[in-house]
Amino acid sequence: MRYVKPESFEAAATLLRDETGISRILAGGTDVLVQLKAEMVEPDLMVDLKHLPGMREIVAEDGGFRIGAAVSGAQLGEHDAVKAMWPGVVEGVELIGSSQVQSRATMAGNLCTGSPAGDAVPAMVTAEAVARVQGPDGVRDVPVIDIPTGPGKNSLNKGEFITSIYLPARPAHAGDCYLRFIPRTEMDIAVSSAAVSLTLDEEGTVTDARIAIGAVAPTVRLVKDAGAALVGAKPDDAAIAAMVRAVEAACSPITDKRGTIEFRTKTAGVLAKRAALIAYGRAGGQL
Amino acid sequence: MAFDAQPTRKFNVVGTRVTRPDGVDKVTGKAAYGADISAPGMLHGRILRSPHAHARIVSIDTSEAEKLAGVKAVVTGADLAMPEDADFADVAINCLARDKALYDGHAVAAVAATSKAIAKQAIRLIKVEYDPLPHVTDVDAAMKPDAPVVQEGRALENVPAGMSQNVTTYCKFGHGDLDAGFAKADKIIERSFKTAATHQGYIEPQACMASLGNDGRGEVWCCTQGQYMVRANCAAALGVEESQLRITASEIGGGFGGKTSTFIEPVALALSRKSGKPVKIVMTRDEVLKATGPTISSSMDIKIGMTKDGRITAARGELRYSGGAYPNFTVEMGAQAAFAAYDLEAVETIGWNAMTNRPKEIPYRAPGAPTAIYAVESVVDELCQELGLDPLDVRLMNAADKGTLSSYGPTFNDIGLVATLEAAKAHPHYTAPLSENQGRGLSCGFWFNFGGNTCVSLNINDDGTVGVVEGNPDIGGSRASISMMAAEELGVPYDKVRTVIADTSSLGFNDITDGSRVTFAVGLATIEAARAAIKEMCRRVAKIWDIDEDAVIWEDGCAKPAGPNAGTHPPMTLAEIAAIAGNTGGPIAGHHEVNADGAGVSFGVHLCDTEVDPETGAVKILRYTVFQDAGKAVHPDYVEGQMQGGAVQGIGWALNEEYIYGEDGRLQNAAFLDYRIPVASDLPPIETVILEIPNPGHPYGVRGVGETPIVPPLAAIANAVSRAANVRLTELPMSPPRVLKAITG
Repeated sequence: MRYVKPESFEAAATLLRDETGISRILAGGTDVLVQLKAEMVEPDLMVDLKHLPGMREIVAEDGGFRIGAAVSGAQLGEHDAVKAMWPGVVEGVELIGSSQVQSRATMAGNLCTGSPAGDAVPAMVTAEAVARVQGPDGVRDVPVIDIPTGPGKNSLNKGEFITSIYLPARPAHAGDCYLRFIPRTEMDIAVSSAAVSLTLDEEGTVTDARIAIGAVAPTVRLVKDAGAALVGAKPDDAAIAAMVRAVEAACSPITDKRGTIEFRTKTAGVLAKRAALIAYGRAGGQL
Repeated sequence: MAFDAQPTRKFNVVGTRVTRPDGVDKVTGKAAYGADISAPGMLHGRILRSPHAHARIVSIDTSEAEKLAGVKAVVTGADLAMPEDADFADVAINCLARDKALYDGHAVAAVAATSKAIAKQAIRLIKVEYDPLPHVTDVDAAMKPDAPVVQEGRALENVPAGMSQNVTTYCKFGHGDLDAGFAKADKIIERSFKTAATHQGYIEPQACMASLGNDGRGEVWCCTQGQYMVRANCAAALGVEESQLRITASEIGGGFGGKTSTFIEPVALALSRKSGKPVKIVMTRDEVLKATGPTISSSMDIKIGMTKDGRITAARGELRYSGGAYPNFTVEMGAQAAFAAYDLEAVETIGWNAMTNRPKEIPYRAPGAPTAIYAVESVVDELCQELGLDPLDVRLMNAADKGTLSSYGPTFNDIGLVATLEAAKAHPHYTAPLSENQGRGLSCGFWFNFGGNTCVSLNINDDGTVGVVEGNPDIGGSRASISMMAAEELGVPYDKVRTVIADTSSLGFNDITDGSRVTFAVGLATIEAARAAIKEMCRRVAKIWDIDEDAVIWEDGCAKPAGPNAGTHPPMTLAEIAAIAGNTGGPIAGHHEVNADGAGVSFGVHLCDTEVDPETGAVKILRYTVFQDAGKAVHPDYVEGQMQGGAVQGIGWALNEEYIYGEDGRLQNAAFLDYRIPVASDLPPIETVILEIPNPGHPYGVRGVGETPIVPPLAAIANAVSRAANVRLTELPMSPPRVLKAITG
């Protein structure tokens, strides 16, 4: 295995494009190193990116924040301004792994790994976050929701990698939340999850709602019907019930060692309900 | 040996919370565990394992692996001897399969190479031709007459004809007239239960370093609960004499019963014999979960009758356990323990063991008891609910006590069950208020405890310090408690005594560290060895003072004249006697060898509050209190640690831990991610209440405390969850999907 620390994003992209064997990118490394140790993969090329400019920085941009692809969960969790603006996104990232893992784990890595259960992903989707992708032919911006394509797969082309994730500015009276279900209290993988981002008007009526669910389909799903069910009213019992029905209808999980189809579907709805009520409170809404 | 006639004895050292001798080494990383031992020229061993649940091994071609540069030896089952004794043979076959792979993860070949990377590469070059066979992993399925047969011809003679050949063990215990008993009941409940296999979950994977020369002389360093057991298993599997093998136990990172067998040591020795070099093998977590021993899995039917005021009139249990791919007797202990907490007129317990394509069961704290008592205590709790009775009052009304004919035969001597139940009843936990979706559960627990073969040497050093040499690896604080008992008996400070664990060539035979036996049996032998040394010191002093031996007594760490008739000699301390031992007859030591009897059974009661999320089935443990009779708590910190640790492991077993097999018979969760032991944030503070009802079989009244605490949690939690969720849970683990399904129907 060759370990390379390239001098620029362009050089990294070229290296990755030209590699004929198996290559892996090292940012946080919390998935790659585990896979190496478990002998799941033996890469021919390992490209370390975390030293490149901006990779470990959080920068304010156009009212939002650009978060470098190697920014750790711990670093993000200590950034008060991001936390205040997108508490749901930050709480999702902070649920990855243990305290030790948090000092390395990144939201970009969590996204590229392509796990349907990635904790950082649903709230990035409801935040309409955008990934900046570097490739051999230049840079492009891709909505986060378009990055994962299935378990362990993503839409990036050979030689491409994410350099940062942009969290846009959010309007007044808005709030988000991410919840997951795990059998333990930590150190686990979501059996189901839900993120909710709400915007309210002055009276507390929901004017915009985005709901994403995780671990209940091959990729994280943005459930437009569920969001629509909350728009135009306060999240009362009827609106919530309609939203939960839409969430359950959007679930197409599998039964495996972590949970049954039935269990995942039911808990996805329960989590969406609970997350919606928390997000509503964070947006300043009162029931 | 009888309890000393000194019930009011005032202890100076025993019962205090002295500094543990291994603490600093463990927290600074200095302690040497199994994987920390290396030798010059050492090779790295690696094991190839079956990917099939059940398969005939048609052929193994090792030629390509042998050709790889850096590979120094390749071994298969043919490189081990076939011991005549069935138990030794099972261990050897489990270390390296012969004609069949019996479960997913069964070792089939091994290599030794100059690096780990080469060993890994070599493993991939071994070509094994398998002929896959039908498999069975569920105990009920394995008992059906047409089930795939795991091994043929292994059933004991008392197993009725016509059953599946997988059924190897049948046992029956009890007394009284069941029909008459059930006829007297106002309410009878009969329920069936299932429990999943769980793993001991010790943090340190098995590891060893072994060397065996052409002269047949060998050395093994390994993490184990019994170096003499390792010696016996290795000698049998390698076909060498025990005297030629020296086994040294490393520091041990948890055992809980799981390190009472051997998996890698005979393989490392075989590789060493072939290569002429020392060989180290360190198991991965994946290997530990797949191929070392989990508990039994079980299926059980329990029927209990009760009068409306709470008296149990009759009780019957039928236990079906599977101890994996080999004959297994754990069900006998489950069947004996099931109803041990009760004084019953009519009781019967029947047990069966059936082989399945799972790894060989290895003991896990109180093997067999937690599952059986879970089922029994669940039915008792449901009867209390149905009849509107207080579950503690019912247990007190039916509690076994001194003189009770136990459900498994013996008549109990002094036991602490009633006192333990009364302590639970008096504790504020029992009457604390509960909120919506919360429930309180309780369960009694029982374990036999064991004494066993024990040797101890106690050396009086010339500087007045004391060395104790014992032969049982310290998995629960035994070095501290043994030093404490030696200090107590000799009348010297604790810090003047150091206890070390001998290798197999330095001390006589000791049974493994199991059965909660060490503090009891090694403690007893240590006290006797100290008494022997005291007797010798008194004899030496009598010589110096020129008086009769009987005229010298030992008091407060000194030899003193027994009375005015003995003369007016100033007391001589142990240090003073030791300093001139060379002039009075030579070095002074005491030793004791015994097959210790009188271990004294142990009872505990656990109280648990849970909250169930009715929308997700998630269970939170809110409060947990453990009450247990320790006989005499030598080092209360360690006793509390055992009580808390048992509760924690029981919480894992009750809520999330399980061996999950796919349709293909392969283990799906051989990692700590999906084999969910509790993490710290899953647990409440676990309160402990130690009771001390002295064990008449030990000079200080000590009872083993290590196993009883894992017995009650399964039922205590199941009863709490069943009450919180308003539905009776009958299958473990009570994982959220299972609880939610029970709630929503």
